[in-house]
Amino acid sequence: MVVKVYGPAYASPKRVIVCLIEKQIEFETVPVDLVKGENKNPEYLKLQPFGSLPVIQDGDFTLYESRAIIRYYAEKYKSQGTTDLLGRTIEERGLVEQWLEVEAHNFHPPIYQMTTQILFFAKRGLPADENLIKESEEKLGKVLDVYEERLSKSKYLAGDFFSLADLSHLPFTQYLVGPMEKEYMIRDRKHVSAWWDDISNRPSWKKVLELY
Amino acid sequence: MTTLIKLYGAPVSTCTARVMTCLHEKAVDFALVPVDLFSCEHKQPPFLAKNPFGQIPVLEDGDLTLFESRAMTAYVAEKFKEAGTDLIRHHDLKEAALVKVWIEVESQQFHPAIAPIVYEYFVAPIQGKSPDQGVIDANLEKLSKVLDVYEAKLSSAKYLAGDFYSLADLHHLPYTYYFMKTPCASIISERAHVKAWWEDISSRPAFKKVSEGMNFGEK
Repeated sequence: MVVKVYGPAYASPKRVIVCLIEKQIEFETVPVDLVKGENKNPEYLKLQPFGSLPVIQDGDFTLYESRAIIRYYAEKYKSQGTTDLLGRTIEERGLVEQWLEVEAHNFHPPIYQMTTQILFFAKRGLPADENLIKESEEKLGKVLDVYEERLSKSKYLAGDFFSLADLSHLPFTQYLVGPMEKEYMIRDRKHVSAWWDDISNRPSWKKVLELY
Repeated sequence: MTTLIKLYGAPVSTCTARVMTCLHEKAVDFALVPVDLFSCEHKQPPFLAKNPFGQIPVLEDGDLTLFESRAMTAYVAEKFKEAGTDLIRHHDLKEAALVKVWIEVESQQFHPAIAPIVYEYFVAPIQGKSPDQGVIDANLEKLSKVLDVYEAKLSSAKYLAGDFYSLADLHHLPYTYYFMKTPCASIISERAHVKAWWEDISSRPAFKKVSEGMNFGEK
């Protein structure tokens, strides 16, 4: 049974897709057009009642929230594909959870604001809130300063192994260095820069960028 | 020999309360090490060495140091999975997955709407500001939409991930507790199933122990 992933054109579904590729799990995708508001259609809301992307269907099992989905698959297929995405011990798992939470609560909010304002509003000719962009960039900068310090002592966020915590940063950071044209935020920080080059050159992420 | 878990935080703090509630549910002994928020102890170098983001709580278990309250609850629930209340349903992969879904819903849908409201009523006044009605109204609208989804979900199951109490329900406790003390509490009480769920989870002994210390802003 092949896993169906909804909304591959967007960032959070890519968080799931790169994880499925790392774990060598077969999947297919179903397009969802946010501009047309397809995420608010009754059929979509039956699957994901909050109208967010992604949702996955695995046979008759439906799951949403990308960070729940990646944890589920990393656990279910622990011994397949890249094996230590959740760490090798309970303590390493604790650190992976810590940096996944840092991504969700410290990194994501400002970068998500910037994505919405710069990519969805401004690029569609709608008035962007310049103050909000500036404030969010400042907040994100402070978070990246903490990452710089961490990555000067550790190859990856949770330790010396690539984990879900690093993986979770791929889609929105790709927007930052690409269409948002803020690559300097990564390049100005030596260790963050090296870490970004490492994780974004993994074959799994290159495959995602090739396909979607 | 196991070392005693140390939790650095404050009894009034929502995120500290989240972790303490989990430790109580799992019947795990710990020592609460007070961090003085008012003197900004958490923003100064000795504490920053534990959490470079300058936030409480921090958990120490032997030589493992963790920050982020939801990472701590995940760690405690996993490490002590055979003790106390089963919060993560580790015997059933699908139930465990549904717990993860609703943990993320709390993180991504519920928390961003409720936290600013609690902030406006409890923290802003301490800083000499009056609650910003614009912020409150905008977030109440978001929170109401989220609670509509919860109302539908809880009309077909007793708890969020199914007919069992889990970490997903627990994560909602601290912010909702403070929210219920604000003039906005009616959006919880006017939804019959959400109200019943709230009354159930907030009366669990593990949380009652913790909520006694949650008197932020009271004299």
